[in-house]
Amino acid sequence: MFVAIIFILIIIGSVWFHIWSPWWWTPVASNWGNIDSTIELTFWITGSVFVAVCSFMSYCVWRYRYRPDRKAEYKPEDKKLEIRLTALTALGVIALLAPGLVVWNKYVTVPENALKIEVVAYQWGWNYRLPGNDGVLGTTNISLINDENPYGLNPDDPNSKDDVIVMDADLHLEINQPVKVELRSYDVIHNFYVPQFRAKMDTLPGIVTYYWFTPTKKGGFEILCAEYCGTGHYAMRGKVLVDEKIDYSNWLAKQITHEKMFAQNKENKKLLTAEIKN
Amino acid sequence: MSDEYNNSKVETKSADSSSGSYAPPAENIPASEIPEQELYHAKSFWTRWVFCQDAKVIGVQYALTATAVGLIGLVLSWGMRLQLGFPETFSFLGPATYYQSVTMHGMIMVVYLLTALFLGGFGNYLIPLMVGARDMVFPYLNMVSFWMFLVAVLVLISSFFVPGGPTGAGWTLYPPQAILPGTPGSEMGIVLMLVSLSLFVIGFTMGGLNYVITILQARTRGMTLMRMPLTIWGIFTATVLALLAFPALLVACIMMTLDNLLGTSFFMPEIFTMGEQLGTTGGSPILFQHLFWFFGHPEVYIVALPAFGIVSDLISVHARKNIFGYRMMVWAIVIIGALSFVVWAHHMYVSGMNPYFGFFFATTTLIIAVPTAIKVYNWVLTLWRGNIHLTIPMLFSLGFIVTFVNGGITGLFLGNVIIDIPLSDTYFVVAHFHMVMGIAPLMVIFGAIYHWFPLVSGRHLNQTLGKIHFWVSFVGAYAIYFPMHYLGFIGVPRRYYEMYDSPYMASGVGLNQFITVAALIVGFTQIIFLYNIFHSALYGKKSEKNPWKANSLEWHTPEMPPEHGNFGKELPVVYRWPYDFSVPGVDREYIPQHVAPSEVPTAKVEKT
Repeated sequence: MFVAIIFILIIIGSVWFHIWSPWWWTPVASNWGNIDSTIELTFWITGSVFVAVCSFMSYCVWRYRYRPDRKAEYKPEDKKLEIRLTALTALGVIALLAPGLVVWNKYVTVPENALKIEVVAYQWGWNYRLPGNDGVLGTTNISLINDENPYGLNPDDPNSKDDVIVMDADLHLEINQPVKVELRSYDVIHNFYVPQFRAKMDTLPGIVTYYWFTPTKKGGFEILCAEYCGTGHYAMRGKVLVDEKIDYSNWLAKQITHEKMFAQNKENKKLLTAEIKN
Repeated sequence: MSDEYNNSKVETKSADSSSGSYAPPAENIPASEIPEQELYHAKSFWTRWVFCQDAKVIGVQYALTATAVGLIGLVLSWGMRLQLGFPETFSFLGPATYYQSVTMHGMIMVVYLLTALFLGGFGNYLIPLMVGARDMVFPYLNMVSFWMFLVAVLVLISSFFVPGGPTGAGWTLYPPQAILPGTPGSEMGIVLMLVSLSLFVIGFTMGGLNYVITILQARTRGMTLMRMPLTIWGIFTATVLALLAFPALLVACIMMTLDNLLGTSFFMPEIFTMGEQLGTTGGSPILFQHLFWFFGHPEVYIVALPAFGIVSDLISVHARKNIFGYRMMVWAIVIIGALSFVVWAHHMYVSGMNPYFGFFFATTTLIIAVPTAIKVYNWVLTLWRGNIHLTIPMLFSLGFIVTFVNGGITGLFLGNVIIDIPLSDTYFVVAHFHMVMGIAPLMVIFGAIYHWFPLVSGRHLNQTLGKIHFWVSFVGAYAIYFPMHYLGFIGVPRRYYEMYDSPYMASGVGLNQFITVAALIVGFTQIIFLYNIFHSALYGKKSEKNPWKANSLEWHTPEMPPEHGNFGKELPVVYRWPYDFSVPGVDREYIPQHVAPSEVPTAKVEKT
């Protein structure tokens, strides 16, 4: 009796906690609200299975608790019941999987009009690069990285010259403009994750990974590294600001292009060497 | 279920001879194919208790070593929880130490505790006894397996004392960070970890071959595969998985050791770190992840399948009812085992692998839910119309069902690729795997210890302490991990040393403190359990033979605890499955496996 009651209380407590707990999604700020609805659906289906199975178990514990005069049933199999339960479970799994795969298909299909931007991760921080007027990001290679060329851009690639460099600063995005983030890493694996955008993907040295989203809410959001990357992992945060179009354009106009930065860095280096010589 | 017994000729024949012991009807059980092998008999203290070849002693050695190292893992978790719950009060843990604790805790618990305890501990003790063999088929190799495991454990522990300390790369050991200086323990720690894992795999392979071959070749007469207790089916399938999956880990460990010590580039692409080019080129960090998870996912089932098997037997014995749908249960174990080799990349949805893999791996992953759900249904249907003794093994089994269902359904969240995107690498994942492969298997381990302790020691564990142990552990662990899922919904990432200055994390501070307090309570309760073990082993209530009135062979040895060679002069002959409880048509409440049909002619059993 006592045992069954505690199990029932645990089930009720779980449901109660789910409904009343203050801890739930940080409000979504991107187009991926349908991920949330897929999760809601999964919650309903799996939650009812949890409640059903555990309640049935508690009922059995109470109803068929030991009595000296009781004899348990002897029934090794029940084919019909087993087939029915299997079919029902299979249906439930399809109901979970199908909508999930539909949304996943959206997630991996980048819209044509998405603005391509680059996120570069390193131990432990974030840099960004946006395409210039040509709308194309120049090619890169890790082996090209040096003091003058911190991004490792290919100097022979004409597309790289007008690329906009956002180094050691906050990233800005335009509201309602789909973005394809292309992810790179200099050193180890990181993960570009903004909880409010829901989306995430690892950044790896050696390859370019990507995902896309459309920011739908104005404001500042914290960027977290979501893949363990060493002692400074927990401190590897950044900030992204979602602006109205006009504010975004103003911000963009103030940023430096790669060509300019490259020249500046060279100049600085010259001055520095001259100083050392003197 | 038992052998068909409708042949009247056989009946008269055995009725004639029934005046003596139960001579089996010769027509039903074929004679042994090979004569019995002579066992190695230990002569001195050393060969009997230390370098011992008796699987039962080896099982206990495995269990004690695994428990000892598991206690280190437990203590490490306290440090982590104090840091997460009360970062300002307990500031003795720096980020490096925190990450080293996370790593060692994870690896110890998954590999050196759970795998070693289920297969090395329960496997060694139970396989020969339950299949009716005198020992494992290769007793010497079995002994070497344990000593290899012990060396692996010592190498692992030694990494706490080398310069730089143990590795802090996370238990997944992802390169490049695992071997680069930004990670703690990247000097000696990681090398010792890789060496220790390699030794573990080698040692396990020796034991694993023993388990598989003993089950396939050394079963007693009449013990058909479909009459084996589900415990044996679980351990058997898990061992097959381990023999196929661990080589992938071994390969990954060797390659990473070479990358680290010789500067090869198996997993290292071009890297720019600490202001300079590293000089590596052409390697793939994702390759490591494929190898690791090709081992890592079957590893989940290497832990889960023995738990599935054992809990089936516990439920059946303590509910005095046959396990419901035995054949379905066996096939579910085998199918889960097979499927577990084609789902590994669901750990890698956000790894940057080709996104179209997501469709395939989400589908295979969710298909696994079907055989798993069948097992759950059959456990609760076994309770239905049973006669349930709420003994401590039964309580732990019930606790297993609740935590396993809970952890299983959150697996449906994470397996469904799109839902995994926001939840992966958050506390939702931490809560999920602790519930499903930490707490649920531990519930089974505890239940199994309370169940088989009388067999091992001849004494009962203290019931009152056992009940306290169960309720605090079960309710406490549920209170730790159920709310933890919700931290993941907020978006709190795992493996963060501290989070308290983030705005959306503020609401989770109280929750984190609660979890820490619960974790400490549950942790300290295990001391009661250890006390119970040691005290009862010496002074516990003496147990009568077969205290739970079970049918499987391990309870029907001439001596309890069973002696070297297990079964006295004659090996038992098996006539039925181990689940003939409450059979209609006969007075006795249970019919052990070695009871011939002629002894219970009126029993209305179903044919095996």
